[in-house]
Amino acid sequence: MSTHQEHPSHAEKYGHEDGFDVHHHDHTEDHGSLKSYTIGFVLAVILTAIPFWLVMSNFFSNSSIAGMVLLGLAAVQVVVHMVYFLHMNTKSEGGWTILALIFTVMVVVIMLAGSLWVMYHLNHNMMPGMSQDLLQEAVPSAAQQMQHNMPGMK
Amino acid sequence: MSEISNTSTATMSTAPSSRYYVKEHHPENGTLLGFWMYLMSDCLIFACLFATYAVLGRNYAGGPTGAELFDLPLVAINTSLLLLSSITYGFAMLAMQKKQVQTTLVWLAITGLLGAGFIYLELYEFMHLIHEGAGPQRSGFLTSFFALVATHGLHVTFGIVWLITLMFQVGKHGLTHENSRRLMCLSMFWHFLDVVWIGVFTFVYLMGVLP
Repeated sequence: MSTHQEHPSHAEKYGHEDGFDVHHHDHTEDHGSLKSYTIGFVLAVILTAIPFWLVMSNFFSNSSIAGMVLLGLAAVQVVVHMVYFLHMNTKSEGGWTILALIFTVMVVVIMLAGSLWVMYHLNHNMMPGMSQDLLQEAVPSAAQQMQHNMPGMK
Repeated sequence: MSEISNTSTATMSTAPSSRYYVKEHHPENGTLLGFWMYLMSDCLIFACLFATYAVLGRNYAGGPTGAELFDLPLVAINTSLLLLSSITYGFAMLAMQKKQVQTTLVWLAITGLLGAGFIYLELYEFMHLIHEGAGPQRSGFLTSFFALVATHGLHVTFGIVWLITLMFQVGKHGLTHENSRRLMCLSMFWHFLDVVWIGVFTFVYLMGVLP
């Protein structure tokens, strides 16, 4: 209700010759300030420096834990960029941007998780008990075995 | 205070005023929202390439691995260039809001130079890899690597072309309503590419060199 009351007064104050300006004087915080850009930049630098330092100093001996930490930091940094640089919030464009984002994230998660799941099972079912590297070693030796066995069979 | 209450009663009694407001603003929201939709569909392209890399990223075919190929200090410099270009574009947008044409142009130029530096280092890395015999045809890992990273680089290249075009537009016509809108679209594009790069340096480079 309060926002509805404000709009006509802003429209009168800034005139109708430039609808663009009316909108942007209304929500200056949507398009950032020096403060929000600086906060975002400092956070982004910290969130970039930490993963590079973790990997370059071999901080983690366990790769899978390191991977999880890196992905977690990346997710936080993506949110920081979205909020401070892309000015995402639940109100911009009447909530349509956030809705589009949520839909995209949903599709992306289904596709990424689905691809990995399907391809993992494909590898698993096509080559039981063999990883990629084992296969390359196993195939020539299996071929040799065949040749060995062939004369015996005659 | 009295002005607000007056206008609120005016809004309630005269419906055309509020209807005019909606009509006036809809097209502007339309462009930025439409551009956001484009970015979301671009996001799906990158998601496909990330999925491809996730599936093929360890298929070395007996060739070099990420740990052997990637030069992390170079990637760190590249990342900082792109991050710096994000904040300088932010400063350009702040100058745009204050209607300072010259300041906007200077910040846009700095952003463009940082972006060009990023592209230069990426091309240097690609040439180096291809020279070492680790081109896109070497293994599934390298095919998906080149597809993902080069698509991002191509986006940045087109971003720079767009940025130069807008610098000429702003230089010639000033910060008009249309130019401001274009700059805002490019701002979204530029920051979006930085977001994609977070995924690239984390998932491809940093996780690629993990033992």
